Parts: sequence; structure tokens; C-alpha cells
Amino acid sequence: MELTIERGSLLKSLGHVQSVVERRNTIPILSNVLIEAADGSVSFTATDLDLAIVDTVDADVKQSGATTVPAHTLHDIVRKLPDGAQVAISLDADGAKVKLSAGRSKFTLACLPRDDFPVMSEGDMPFRFDLGAADLKRLIDKTRFAISTEETRYYLNGIYLHAAETDGVQMLRAVATDGHRLARVELPLPEGAAGIPGVIVPRKTVSELRKLIDENDEVITIALSDTKIRFSFRNAIVTSKLIDGTFPDYDRVIPSGNDKSLEVDTKLFADAVDRVSTISTDKSRAVKMELDTDRLTLSATSPENGTATEEISASYGSGELTIGFNSRYMLDIADEIEGDVARFQFADAAAPTLVLDSADEGALYVLMPMRV
Amino acid sequence: MTPTSEKQTVILCRDCLHRQKPPGSNLTEERRCIRCGSPRLLRHPELDDLMIAHLDCDAFYASVEKRDEPTLRDKPLIIGGIGRRGVVSTACYIARINGVHSAMPMYQARKICPDAVVMAPNMDKYSLAARHIWDLMKKVTPLVEPLSLDEAFLDLNGTVRLHHRTPAETMADLIRQVETEVGVTASVGLSYNKFLAKVASDLDKPRGYSVIGRAEARTFLAAQPVSLLWGVGKAMQQRLKRDGYTEIGQLQSVAPDTLMRRYGAIGQRIAQFVQGEDSRQVHADVKAKSVSAETTFSDDIHDLRLLNSTLWRLCEKVSRRLKAKDQSGATVVLKLRTIDFRIRTRTRRLPSPTQLADVLYRHGSALLSDEADGTAFRLLGIGVSGIGAGIDADPPDLADPDAVTRARVEHAVDQLRDKFGVGSIGKGRHMPPKLGT
Repeated sequence: MELTIERGSLLKSLGHVQSVVERRNTIPILSNVLIEAADGSVSFTATDLDLAIVDTVDADVKQSGATTVPAHTLHDIVRKLPDGAQVAISLDADGAKVKLSAGRSKFTLACLPRDDFPVMSEGDMPFRFDLGAADLKRLIDKTRFAISTEETRYYLNGIYLHAAETDGVQMLRAVATDGHRLARVELPLPEGAAGIPGVIVPRKTVSELRKLIDENDEVITIALSDTKIRFSFRNAIVTSKLIDGTFPDYDRVIPSGNDKSLEVDTKLFADAVDRVSTISTDKSRAVKMELDTDRLTLSATSPENGTATEEISASYGSGELTIGFNSRYMLDIADEIEGDVARFQFADAAAPTLVLDSADEGALYVLMPMRV
Repeated sequence: MTPTSEKQTVILCRDCLHRQKPPGSNLTEERRCIRCGSPRLLRHPELDDLMIAHLDCDAFYASVEKRDEPTLRDKPLIIGGIGRRGVVSTACYIARINGVHSAMPMYQARKICPDAVVMAPNMDKYSLAARHIWDLMKKVTPLVEPLSLDEAFLDLNGTVRLHHRTPAETMADLIRQVETEVGVTASVGLSYNKFLAKVASDLDKPRGYSVIGRAEARTFLAAQPVSLLWGVGKAMQQRLKRDGYTEIGQLQSVAPDTLMRRYGAIGQRIAQFVQGEDSRQVHADVKAKSVSAETTFSDDIHDLRLLNSTLWRLCEKVSRRLKAKDQSGATVVLKLRTIDFRIRTRTRRLPSPTQLADVLYRHGSALLSDEADGTAFRLLGIGVSGIGAGIDADPPDLADPDAVTRARVEHAVDQLRDKFGVGSIGKGRHMPPKLGT
């Protein structure tokens, strides 16, 4: 194997795959990235056995071949090379070492044979549909903040992707919850996605996907079975196992009869919450909302720090109400609201509150109040 | 306990609280109260200067049962586990004459005291009586530190102005009230610190009242065995014995830093105690750090279904106690003892604090199923730590829509039980499965 590649495109490609590799591995081959060179392009593959990413990039391949080298070491080297450098990579004749050179820098890396590198079996993937990168980005961005990290409820450690019906229209829905907040985003069901099983895409897969989507206007092909999902980008393929569990019946926790409606300027609200929460204690981060006719008063009290209050104008006319929320959770939601106006729908100080985006009808958030 | 020349001995009648006057007359030799004729006289030169009391009920569970069933009064009564592996939790003083003591295996107790009436404990009843005593103590001083259901420390500093009585009088009055209002007897130890107050209350049980003053504390302790020291259990006794110490007097001449070097933190405490010193304060509101329940099986169990049915019963017990005190627990703790007496504890932090038996069971049984690998267990326990307020328990969970329904069912069951008794209704998982099916 012998090839030359421009430093920038090599770094980008390695950047896409190297974060799949765990920093500590008990199986040495899993620390390595698989390099496969053939026909004017080179592919880099990394896996943790639950998730595999293959990224392909153009290169000047003099001799095709394949090997594996430590992923983080290779990434660090390339990162430190000067911008615009041409990087030459070659495998020596006995297949034991990889030589890397750029300008006056020369490196020799220990390698492991490609045959040892685990290949993720994909099995049969009976469903296949296309999704625009912007749509996938929206599904991920507006739900991922609510993914739980609680290990005992592993089935909450991802985004639940499934088909559902809203007002008689078939939708593709993404849902995530940690029990305290829930985010639900939907878009019209793409062709080919009818009848897909509900699947839970793990948190790590979600974050790797998100990196690949950035500023991409391409179409992504999604294929899936009950146990695996594959996202095919123009130059990259992400294959992941799915979380084997049952996502809770979330529909029942989305309130439908909340009759106290509040509308606030999203930015004004988020900034005020952020300021007031400076005072609230690290542990609870509680911020109190006091509502009166067309007025919202945000406040926080901490026995150690003091107090904070801020009043903002709002559209509200459903009688006095005092309710508390975790400020972090409110800010997470406000961050994802695109519209100028955020709409809250309350029932009472103890019941789940609905938050809606004036600019995105397909997005919906549920927030549990806190005692204040 | 010998009168000193500088201080006049104070003599107090425990029954009518009469102080024997006039001072200076030769009443020290008087055997009975000059007012009511009671022989129960307290005499001590420091009687008016001692502020720390320890109140300890006499054979509490047995006393409550005897109070409610007068025909038992003159019979030996043993309260404890009635199963094959049951142990004695309380023996009345008649049973104690035969050598029965608490923590003794029940079969042995029955053997040495065949006439004894054996009863299973009725904790609800004892809690009620204890609550009553607690209320009486709280009227005396806010500084009451409970040690268990039936014993507590009281700090009586400052109560003289409040009650216009000396602490000794206040305590005499208190145990009189416990006898008349609650119907059980208690013993009191009065001294100048917690360690000695507790030692004193044990000196002339039952219905005792002992006083240890500063003047005689060291001399008194010198002749006592080291086991009297707080924190010195069997293992420590063995260690001390190996080093040649069996009586406290032998330790009194050892330098504190030698004891600390040799025995560590406990050595430091021992050094204080042997001199009759104890710097610990009486703390009111000592909050429980955990709430738990456990049981020892009459036969070792390895079957997960059987273990689970017991686990459920224990979860209900823990939950009942949390609900009664309006508390919640943040972490579930499972405890197992294998047949070779090894203890296994497994903990799991809950997504949110709980007081529900159902939640305890869900997490407890998950921990249990990881351990039930065919190993036979002789003990199973479940508890919670991270005790918090009841209002924080079981907030609605967006990821568990059924939780609200399960909580409602449990509260409905609780209400039925309040009305018709604990046995009136229960879950099917309470029923032990038939083996071999």
C-alpha cells in the first residue's frame, strides 16, 4: 500500500472516524483505524463493535492495499502537521510497519493486519428510505438534549425513531426523554419508510452522525432492520446496532388539555432565565416563574448566593400561576426554538407543561415542573 | 457515690420528689422519705449539678405486652422470632432470672425457660408506646437524642429555670409519668456526660435510678470490665485482653497517645472514657441515615421466586416506615447473607427519590436477580439510604407513564390497610410460589 493525500482532507476524514475509537480498549485492534487504499481513493474505518464508520476520501494511490494503525496516534500526527502538507503513507514490504512522511517529518507506526479488524455484519436491512441532511439534523438537534444518561433505563439512552400518525398524516418521529423533559419532533414520513419498526438509536451514534451532517446539503440514505441501522452519506457510511429495549409509551405523558397559555419572546426569555439562574444552586438550578396578566416574573433564590428577579412582558391571561423549572432544561429547549415566540401551555404547578415553537409545528417539548 | 466532706449530700424522694430537709440534720442515715415514707431515696452530693440523663425502658416490648395482658404479669415472657431460627429480642425480668437474654436463639431460650410465654413482636404497638414516651421527654427538654425505640439521652442544662426543678427531680417526675401514663417502667442514669449517664442507667435496672458524679467517676470505673466502655465490643475486648487489659483501671494509667497509637480512633475515645470524660453532645434531630428491613430465613433459600416474595414483604415494610415518617430514600440497598455468613450488599441510585414499595421492589429485585445465581442465602434485607423529605418522593416521570397508576394503586392499598389491617389486602407477589412448579 502506498498513497499520498493532502493533509486537510486526511484530517477531516480521520476526524469523522477517530472519535468512535474508545480511549481505553482491552482489545488492541479496536484502538486502530483500518486504512484501505484502492482506485484513487482511501477509506478509513473505525469501530467499537456497536458502531462502525467508514469515511472515503480521494487520494493519489500508487499501490492499493490495506492495514490498521493506532487511530488516535495517527489523528494526532496529522493534526500537528502544517496546513497544506502532502502526506505520504506506505506499508512496508513485510506488513509490520507503516511509514508516514510529510515535508521533513517522518513517522513509523506499528500496525496490525487488516484481517484482524472486526467487520460489522449488517444482516438483512428490509427498510430503506432517503432523508435530506437538514431534516436529519433537525430530528437530532431538537431531541438529543433530552437523551437520558441513566444506565439502569438503558432504553432511554438514545433517540426513538419511528413512524406515527398525526392528524391523519403519516409522520417520521424522533423522541427522547430522561423522565424530566421530553422532546418530540416529526416530519412527513419519507417514501419507503412506511411500516418501519420503532428503533432506538444510541447516543454515541447520534453524536457521530451529527458531526457528519454539518453543512451538508446531501441526501442521506437510511436502511434499517430490527437490530441495526445504516446511514449512507456521500462519502461516509455509519452502521450502528440499535438499543434492544422498549421505549416508553410517551404519548400518554404529553398533556393535551393544558389551558393556561403563555407566549414570550424566545430570546428575551432565554436571556432572562440565563441571568436569573446565575443565583440558583448548582444542584437544583431551580427558577421560579410567576405569571400574572401579561407579565412574567422570573426569580431564583439560593441560601448561599442571594436572590435574583427579572420581569419580562409576555402575553398571558389565565390567572395567577407560580411554577418552577430546572433552568438548564428551560434553556436547552429555548435553544432549539427557532421562532421568535415560545408558547407555554400549563395545567397547574405540578403537572407536565407543554412548550411549542411558533416557527416549527412539528416540534413539541414537555417539561416537568419542580417544587419551588 | 460516697459523700464528700465539702458538699452536703442531697437527698430526694423518687416518689413524692420531696427534698429531705433541713440540711445539716442527720438525715443521711434516714432510710425512708420523711414525707411519704417511701424507701426509694436518691442521695448524692452532686445530685443538683448533673445535667445529662439517659432513660432506658425496662424490657420494653415485654412490658408493653404485660401492660395489655395482665394475666402475663407473673409469667416469664419472651418476645422474639417464633420460627426455628428466631432469636429473642426482649425477655421480661422473670425470664431473665432463668438466663434468657436478648439475641439468644429462641430454641435455646425455650429450653432453659420452658414455662415461658413466647410472642412475636407487635411493632406497631411498641411504636405507639414509644411515641407516647417521646412526647413526655420532649416536654422536659428539646434536647432529646433517641438511641432506639426505648432509650434516649436528655440534656437538662437550662431546665431548672424552666421547670423550677433540678434535673434529678425532673427525671424522677418523668419516669413516674412514664409509669402512670404509658404503663411501663423505665430506668434512669444521671451524670455529667453521655457515656456515664448510659452506664448509670444500667446499674440498678429495672425501675432504677443511678447517679454517677464527677468525684467518684474514676474510682467507680476503675473496677469495671473494659466491656463497659462505649464502642468496645467482642473483638476490641479480645485485643485489649491480649494486651493485658481486662479492667478499666488498668487503662487509666496508660497515656492517651499510647492508646491512640495502638488502637487508632477508638483508642482516643477509650482514653477519654476511662477517665470518665466524654465530649460528645446530646444531639436532638439525629436523622436516620437509612431505613431498612431484613429477615433471617428458617431454611436457607436459593430460589429466586421465594426470595422475591420475601423481598416484596420487606419492601412494603420499608415503604410503610418511609410513608409514616413522610420521608423518601434516594438509593436502594440490598443485603444478603450467604450460608457461610458472608455479607453481600448491592446498591443502586434511583432516578428520583421514592417512598413506594413498588419502586423499591423493582430495583431491589433487579439487584437480587444478579445475585441469585443458585447461591443459598440465610438472610435477605432491603433498605434505602439518602433519606430526604417525603414531598420529594416519586415525582411524575415522563419516561414511565404507568408509574402514576402504580403509585395510586399503592396508596389505595395503604388506605384499605389503615382501615382494615395490613392483612386485608396485598399483591399476588407476596404469596410464596409453590416449589417444584
